[in-house]
Amino acid sequence: MSWLQKTREKLGGVPRRDMPGDLWIKCEGCGEILYKKELDKTLWTCPKCEYHFRISARLFTPMITDTFVETDQDVVSTDPLGFRALKRYKDQLKQARQKTGLSDALVAGEATLDSHPFLLGVMDFGFMGGSMGSVVGEKFARLGRRALERRQPLVVSAQSGGARMQEGVLSLMQMAKTCVRLAELEEAGVPFISILTHPTTGGTTASFASLGDVILAEPRAVIGFAGPRVIAQTIRQELPPGFQRSEFLLEHGMVDRVVHRQALKPTLSFLLRFFAQARGQAAIGT
Amino acid sequence: MAQPVLEFERPLLELERQIGDLRGFAEGENLEIQEELRRLETKAARMRHEIFSRLTPWQRVQLARHPGRPNTLEYVASLCEESMELAGDRNFRDDPALVAGLGLSAGAPLVWMGHQKGGSDVKENVRRNFGYAHPEGYRKAARLFHMAGKFGVPAVAFVDTQGAYPGIGAEERGISEAIARNLKTMLSLHSPFVAVITGEGGSGGALGIAVADVVLILEHAFYSVITPEGCASILWSDSSKAPQAAEALKFTSSDLIQLGVVEEIIPEPEGGAHRDPEAARRTVREVVLRHLARLKAMDPEDRLRRRRERFLKLGVFDTDPDLTPREPR
Repeated sequence: MSWLQKTREKLGGVPRRDMPGDLWIKCEGCGEILYKKELDKTLWTCPKCEYHFRISARLFTPMITDTFVETDQDVVSTDPLGFRALKRYKDQLKQARQKTGLSDALVAGEATLDSHPFLLGVMDFGFMGGSMGSVVGEKFARLGRRALERRQPLVVSAQSGGARMQEGVLSLMQMAKTCVRLAELEEAGVPFISILTHPTTGGTTASFASLGDVILAEPRAVIGFAGPRVIAQTIRQELPPGFQRSEFLLEHGMVDRVVHRQALKPTLSFLLRFFAQARGQAAIGT
Repeated sequence: MAQPVLEFERPLLELERQIGDLRGFAEGENLEIQEELRRLETKAARMRHEIFSRLTPWQRVQLARHPGRPNTLEYVASLCEESMELAGDRNFRDDPALVAGLGLSAGAPLVWMGHQKGGSDVKENVRRNFGYAHPEGYRKAARLFHMAGKFGVPAVAFVDTQGAYPGIGAEERGISEAIARNLKTMLSLHSPFVAVITGEGGSGGALGIAVADVVLILEHAFYSVITPEGCASILWSDSSKAPQAAEALKFTSSDLIQLGVVEEIIPEPEGGAHRDPEAARRTVREVVLRHLARLKAMDPEDRLRRRRERFLKLGVFDTDPDLTPREPR
């Protein structure tokens, strides 16, 4: 999808933030030169301007959990269409695996926070723009099934350019596949918490990511359906400042809270405590 | 009715014009002209078969977008002996790009919805926003899904859109949420539900009303995660590579059967639905009613369970034994 590429053009050239390298890094928000060791302490947010660096799933996961055990990392794509544009999909997958050390764009697993168990999925934009193909859909569905069986909350952090077009219409179908589980969780009274990070667009936004019982967003994240450039081209107008940013979505009623990364853990902890109590009530009813 | 001529059907249309002209002369018993007519008609039939038996995916895209194809309101008029359009999402406005309403088909009630394009009429096309729906369209459809569930009547959706509208208002009013909510609603609907891809099945905007028990597609229609032009401009950095993208995306009706994304291909009149819209509408009615009859006979819980399983099964992946579980961080 075009927004995927647009976002990639804007963000993809930026080196990954979790790689060991130079000691210093320039803040993309305010230009301040920051000491990397310091950024580890601030959870990769700028102490001056609160800019949130885009970080990998491996780096993000411990920021919102006490324990995490990955599952289903052996689920891999098979290139169902034999897709080839300028590059072969197979080669792109191989490169993405080498670059990220991940098997696909969603890291799934079993987590706890303040002794509350939950099922966690964390998307990683570094793996082909965090795009959702068959593997992301399947891993999401497995997480959802466990959440259902164990009656534990499902938490998914999105970071995605949308559907993975190299898998054609099958990737579109993953939008429906993820929503099957959300429909089941709804009936069972099991909570789904959606965390939106920069960027979350396209088919990911237009499926599970917008359906949390509670939706949290990191500050200044781009969140939308169509990419900003596609919209600008369509309407032939300048986009208003702050368009499709978290704060814009908050103002328009599309997310519950914009939460600084440093406040995510306590926020999630409160929600898990709340839903543990609420689920207790539901369990008596069933 | 002047309609655009597609490049690959031009020689055929030219030949058919010749035949028509010749017929004008052939009132009498002129054997020579009769003989020539027969010859040309045989030639036309062969040409028609040659062109339409080996259409490229890109040619199908052009057929699927042909403004002379029947639109949703026309399909509804054929499906239902009586129907009534309902307006509005009860929240913001009515969306003329996505129409919905009630109908009586073979005497039985159903709800219907679908994208509505304006065909060759420019003014009408502008009013319909070229079939690009806003959140209000999807929320109007949601109202009808709820009604279908509340009153236990089937739903039939007609899909024909390049996608949901990429605009400021659409984003402000939550186009993502509107589509996402519909996906979940359709996966909770206990009524029989048939969706028909009649022309362009464009991405989330199409899926937003198409999570059905049975998804049907017209022979020359397509269903894709992205337009071929969009895919070409991203993956080839060149939108003129759309024909290549159309090949690579594997989105023609026969591809979709193989991928398990649709259940049945509805054959079109030779030369495409725009050549004989009446016949296309009749066939769609027959096939939809056949599926509805079968779905109505099923237990509602079982039907919904199967719909969910249908979508859970979609997707292709493998498990790699080499990717042994890593130590938790």
